[in-house]
Amino acid sequence: MGQLSGPTDPTADAHWEHNHPRKGFFTDTSICIGCKACEVACKEWNHNPQDGNLELLGSSYDNTGSLGASTWRHVAFIEQGQDRIVEARESGRALVSLGMPRIGPPAPAASVPADLAEADTTPPDTADFRWLMSSDVCKHCTHAGCLDVCPTGALFRTEFGTVVVQDDVCNGCGTCVAGCPFGVIERRSNGTVKVSTSREDQHAAHPEVPNAGIAQKCTLCYDRLVADETPACAKACPTTSIKFGDHDDMVEAARERVADLHAKGLTEARLYGANENDGVGGTGSVFLLLDEPEVYGLPPDPRVPTADLPKMYRRAGMAVAGMAAAAALAFLGGRA
Amino acid sequence: MTLSEFDSFRPSEPARRRREGGKRGTGRRRDNGDGSREMPMVPEPEFSSYYGRPVVKPAPWGDDVAIYLFLGGVAAGSALLAAGGQLTGRPVLRRNARLGALTAVSAGAVALVKDLGRPERFLHMLRTFKVTSPMSVGSWILSAFSAGAGVAAVAEIDRMSGNRLPLGPLRNVLQAVEGPAGIEAAVFAGPLAAYTAVLLGDTATPTWNAAHEELPFVFVSSACLASAGLAMVTTPVRETGPARNLAVLGVLGDVVAMKVMERRMDPVAAEPLHQGKAGAMLKWSERLAVAGGLGTLLGGRHRIVAAVSGLALLSASALTRFGVFEAGLESARDPRYTIEPQKNRLAARRAAGVTGDAITTGS
Ligand code: SF4
Ligand code: SF4
Ligand code: SF4
Repeated sequence: MGQLSGPTDPTADAHWEHNHPRKGFFTDTSICIGCKACEVACKEWNHNPQDGNLELLGSSYDNTGSLGASTWRHVAFIEQGQDRIVEARESGRALVSLGMPRIGPPAPAASVPADLAEADTTPPDTADFRWLMSSDVCKHCTHAGCLDVCPTGALFRTEFGTVVVQDDVCNGCGTCVAGCPFGVIERRSNGTVKVSTSREDQHAAHPEVPNAGIAQKCTLCYDRLVADETPACAKACPTTSIKFGDHDDMVEAARERVADLHAKGLTEARLYGANENDGVGGTGSVFLLLDEPEVYGLPPDPRVPTADLPKMYRRAGMAVAGMAAAAALAFLGGRA
Repeated sequence: MTLSEFDSFRPSEPARRRREGGKRGTGRRRDNGDGSREMPMVPEPEFSSYYGRPVVKPAPWGDDVAIYLFLGGVAAGSALLAAGGQLTGRPVLRRNARLGALTAVSAGAVALVKDLGRPERFLHMLRTFKVTSPMSVGSWILSAFSAGAGVAAVAEIDRMSGNRLPLGPLRNVLQAVEGPAGIEAAVFAGPLAAYTAVLLGDTATPTWNAAHEELPFVFVSSACLASAGLAMVTTPVRETGPARNLAVLGVLGDVVAMKVMERRMDPVAAEPLHQGKAGAMLKWSERLAVAGGLGTLLGGRHRIVAAVSGLALLSASALTRFGVFEAGLESARDPRYTIEPQKNRLAARRAAGVTGDAITTGS
């Protein structure tokens, strides 16, 4: 067992004995165009079944809703007016002035496909209206709540530092669902989706849902990583909003990008998950956001519950002692 | 909305709680309570969410798990009473408590297995031992407890049936190990009653997580009063003196631990314990516990009063478990309970000068 909280190398904690670099994403939401190519690519590559009914959710262009057992990438859409843009710029500026320490020397920029390297990626400065789009995914936390609490060992840390469910081991106990501070992992239901359109018969026979009753989430395309391939979502992303690479490079690229945007006056830009001192020890998937995390449905101060586990066991031990004492007292105390 | 001409004389009402969800991604809400609830203890910060959708996911657990929380507690306390009966020469208490322990733990285990996504793989729980997983630790505790409780109860059944179980030469073995088995079960009783509190506390579910320091005390107290209640129902009063003592101690512990817990929790995360179905269940659980405790104290030597008090205590414990369980699930369904406490604690840390541990950074 490795550390329960704080900065660490998760791969070494899991006793992998080689020096495989940790892999991760840098999702730069400032250049996301909301095309959902990542959602589709992920569904196709991983054979994920339809998630619920096909319905319009009335939340801008987002009809996917949220991450879930059959949705491992989710593109959020937020429409904002002038007030909110001003607020976001202020809250971002406040973060900069906190003067968070930088860790390590800046490394050369991560490689970006050559044909896009020269493209102008400054987000359009629209003062009174904007769309935020962000492709959310499992964070592959340094301290992953889901993995810590899994009783069967179905969830494990791969050699790439990512967190993956073994479908043939998971017994669907659901502990990991409650253990994830980001609401990512979910137990797949048996998939009896009812399609509420008139084209009933066309959709009536859904293909059988694989892995029903089992916890499912992004594997960071483990099957592709072992073959030295880029994850399907990153490969499909037409704007390079989803960047994939060594975790350290991703964090460095994220830091450069946010500094770049600040220099252009876009102080609303901020990083999410790039700090290894945060409640989950930093995330494998780093994001650049343009507003507070909760606006995107992300928790503002997540903390891996297992960080407090030693204290919980101590408290439980005291309670056990109390129970034993009460029983002893009950038998010895009042014989009257 | 005006219904009568006298409406203008009413005191003005605070603004209604606006439904989030709906159209705007960054809508804000929260008013200062709606009069039917206590006023919150912290100033309400502005709060935005993604279309009112939950941030964390509730555990996919049904009522089966709440039933297990209850039955596990009953089994644990019963094993302690059985061991006490065994050591102090109370044969009827010992027999009934042993039978109660086995029945409760078996029914509880069935409920747990039924709740799995893949019940046929329940044995995967025992393919590894993981200290970081309260579910794994608990599975081993449950197994160890069941072994002892099972042997002790089978010995009782054999005795009740006049040694008619087809045991052959094993009967001597059984009679030799039933005493140690009863003690073994009692050793694992406390952990069985307490681990479920760690299981709930070690989640990102806001209300459970915020309760993690006191929940073990609530759960062991609840186990004590429930098992004592069961003994008072099943066993004649001449042997239930210790059970009555345990019941009173359990009620005291339960009421005090619950109050301390509610006070020390984050006030926002504690709200679901007071609202809706969960709030009603917890309110009734306290009333029934106090009533059962008083009944035990005042009329516990009367067979009927003892039985009625026992039933009240059992119901109180069941309601505590269901109430805490339901409050947690509710807190996961509403993004407010995730976002507000987190924003508050982040702001508090920043105000105290700690700026290096936020997940959101400017560089
Ligand atoms: S985001 Fe949730 S599911 Fe993903 S690794 Fe972290 S705890 Fe696990
Ligand atoms: S549902 Fe599966 S992956 Fe999740 S904690 Fe249980 S066994 Fe582990
Ligand atoms: S890394 Fe693979 S599994 Fe994860 S979201 Fe991308 S495509 Fe899906």
